[in-house]
Amino acid sequence: MLELKAVSKSFGGLRATDDVSLVVPEGHIVSLIGPNGAGKTTLFAIASGFLKPDSGSIRFLGQDVTGLPPHQVCRLGLVRTFQVVKPFAEQTVRENILVGAYLRCGSRGEAAEKAEAVAELVGMSDRLDAAAASLTVAGRKRLELAKALATEPKLLLLDEVMAGLNPTEIEEIIPVIRRLREAGVTIMLIEHVMQAVMKLSEHTWVLNQGRLIAEGAPEEIVRNPDVIEAYLGHGLAARMEKLEDA
Amino acid sequence: MRTLAIIVLFGLVMAVLPVFGPTDFTLSFLTLMLLFAYLGQGWNILGGYGGQFSFGNTVFFGAGLYATVIVQVQFGLGPWLGLAAAILAGALVGLFIGWVSFRYGLRGSYFALVTLAFAEVFRIVANSVAITGAGAGLQVPLDPSPANLQFVGRESFYWIILALTVASLLLVWQMERSRFGAYLIAIRDDEDAARALGVDIFRTKLKAIVLVGALTGLGGAFYAQMFLYVDPHIAFGVAVSVEVLLVSIVGGMGTIFGPLLGAAALHLISEVARETMGNTPGLNLALYGALLVVMVTFLPKGLFGLATVSAGRLFKFRRS
Repeated sequence: MLELKAVSKSFGGLRATDDVSLVVPEGHIVSLIGPNGAGKTTLFAIASGFLKPDSGSIRFLGQDVTGLPPHQVCRLGLVRTFQVVKPFAEQTVRENILVGAYLRCGSRGEAAEKAEAVAELVGMSDRLDAAAASLTVAGRKRLELAKALATEPKLLLLDEVMAGLNPTEIEEIIPVIRRLREAGVTIMLIEHVMQAVMKLSEHTWVLNQGRLIAEGAPEEIVRNPDVIEAYLGHGLAARMEKLEDA
Repeated sequence: MRTLAIIVLFGLVMAVLPVFGPTDFTLSFLTLMLLFAYLGQGWNILGGYGGQFSFGNTVFFGAGLYATVIVQVQFGLGPWLGLAAAILAGALVGLFIGWVSFRYGLRGSYFALVTLAFAEVFRIVANSVAITGAGAGLQVPLDPSPANLQFVGRESFYWIILALTVASLLLVWQMERSRFGAYLIAIRDDEDAARALGVDIFRTKLKAIVLVGALTGLGGAFYAQMFLYVDPHIAFGVAVSVEVLLVSIVGGMGTIFGPLLGAAALHLISEVARETMGNTPGLNLALYGALLVVMVTFLPKGLFGLATVSAGRLFKFRRS
C-alpha cells in the first residue's frame, strides 16, 4: 500500500533517514519503533509530504507521491497525526473535527454528521462542544485521532498516540485503534509503549540512527540482539544471553 | 440564528434612524463609522479569521478609490463602471500581493511588512504618474444625480454604507459556517495541522486576500463618490491601514461584530477627544496607540470578548 524505496534525508551533517526501504501491506496494523532520535517522526513526515526526501521514492496505492505537498497526499488517503498534538485550541472539539470532515463533505450538514460519527467512533461524543484547549492529554490524543479520521484516510500514520497516557487510558485506546482497522483503515504506529506495540501490531520495523536495523513480528523483534543493543547499549545483548544461559 | 437576528435588528434600527432627523454632523459621523466597520470587516477576514496581519490594507482601498475616479475622470465613463473597476482593481491587487507573499510562505511580521511596503510603493507610484493626477490628485466633477452616484443629502450615502456593512456582516456570518471559514480559522490556529488534514493553505489564503481586496476596493469606491476627490495620501497613506486593523483588534479579532464595535468605540473616543482637547494634530493617533496597547494587554479578545474573557485565555494569547 505504502512503499518507501531507498529514502534518505539529511539535516546538515545528520542523516535522519538513511536508505530506508519498506512496504506497508494493506489492511494491517504495523509499527515503527526505535530509540529517541532514531528518525521515526522524520520518516512519517517524509511519507506524508511534510518533508521532501533527498533521495529515494515514495509510492502510495501504486502512485508516485514523492514531493507531493501534504494536502494532496492527504486527499489520496494518507494522513499523519502529530506526536505533539496540534488541536485548533480556540475551537470546540466539533469544530476541530469539522476541519477534517470538510475534505470529503461538500455541505456543512454532511460534514457535521461525519464529525459526530467520528466522535462516536473514538469515544468523544460527550465532549463535542467542549473547547479543545480544555481537554486532558488523553482527550487531546483522541481528538488528534478524530481529526485525521474525519478525512476518511486509507492509511493512518499515528505518531505516539499513547505517549503521556496512563495504563488505564492506554487500555481504553487500544480497542479504538482495533476498531479502525476493522473499519478498513490500514494503520502504522510509532510507539514507545511496547505493551501496545505487542498487542496491536502484526509487523514491526526498528529504526536506529536513521537506518532500519530489524523487522519482523514484535515477539521476535524484542529478542533481536541488534534491537536490544540499539536500546540498551553496546555489549548488553551478549551479557543478557550469558545471563539466560547461566 | 441569534447572530442573524442581531444583524437584521441592527440593520433595521440603523436604517430608520435618519427619519428622526439627526444633524448633518451625526449622519456624517455615523456614515464614517459604518464605513470603517465595513473596511475593518475586510481586515478581519484575513487578519482576524485567517491570522494574516496586513499593515497595508489601504492598498486595496486606494486601488478602489483610484479605479473609480480614473474611470470617470480619465475615461469619461460612469460611476457604475467605476464600482466594477474598483472591485476588480482591489481583487487584482489582492491576488498579486497574496500570490507574491503566500507563494513564498511569508507569515507574521514578514507578511505585515510586505503589505506595508506595497502600500508605500503604490503611494509613490500614484504620486508620480500622470493617470492618477500625480501629487495634485484627481477631482470628480460635481453633478448630483442618482445616475451619477452623487447625492445632495447625506442620508443616501448613509444608507448605502449601512447596506454594505450589513452585507459584510452577513457574509462573515455565512463564512463562519462554511468550509472556507473553517479552513481559514484552522490555518490561523495551526498551519501544519491544517495541511495534514488536506487544507490547501496557499489557495485558502489567496482566496481570502482576493475577497478582502474586492471588499475593500468597493469601500474605496464609495469613499470616492462621497468626497469626489483622491490624492496619493488619502488613497495610500497609513491612516486607513492602521484604522482597519485597530477597529478589528479593539472590537475583537475573528468575531463577527468585532469591527463594528471597534469602529463605534474608536470613533466615539476620537470625537470626545476632539471636543475636550481641541484639534491637536496627531492626538487621535496617539490615543489610538495607547488604546491598542491597553487592549492587547488586557483584552486580547477585544470588546466583543469582554464578557467571555478569562485569566486562562489571556495567558494563552501571550504565549502564542
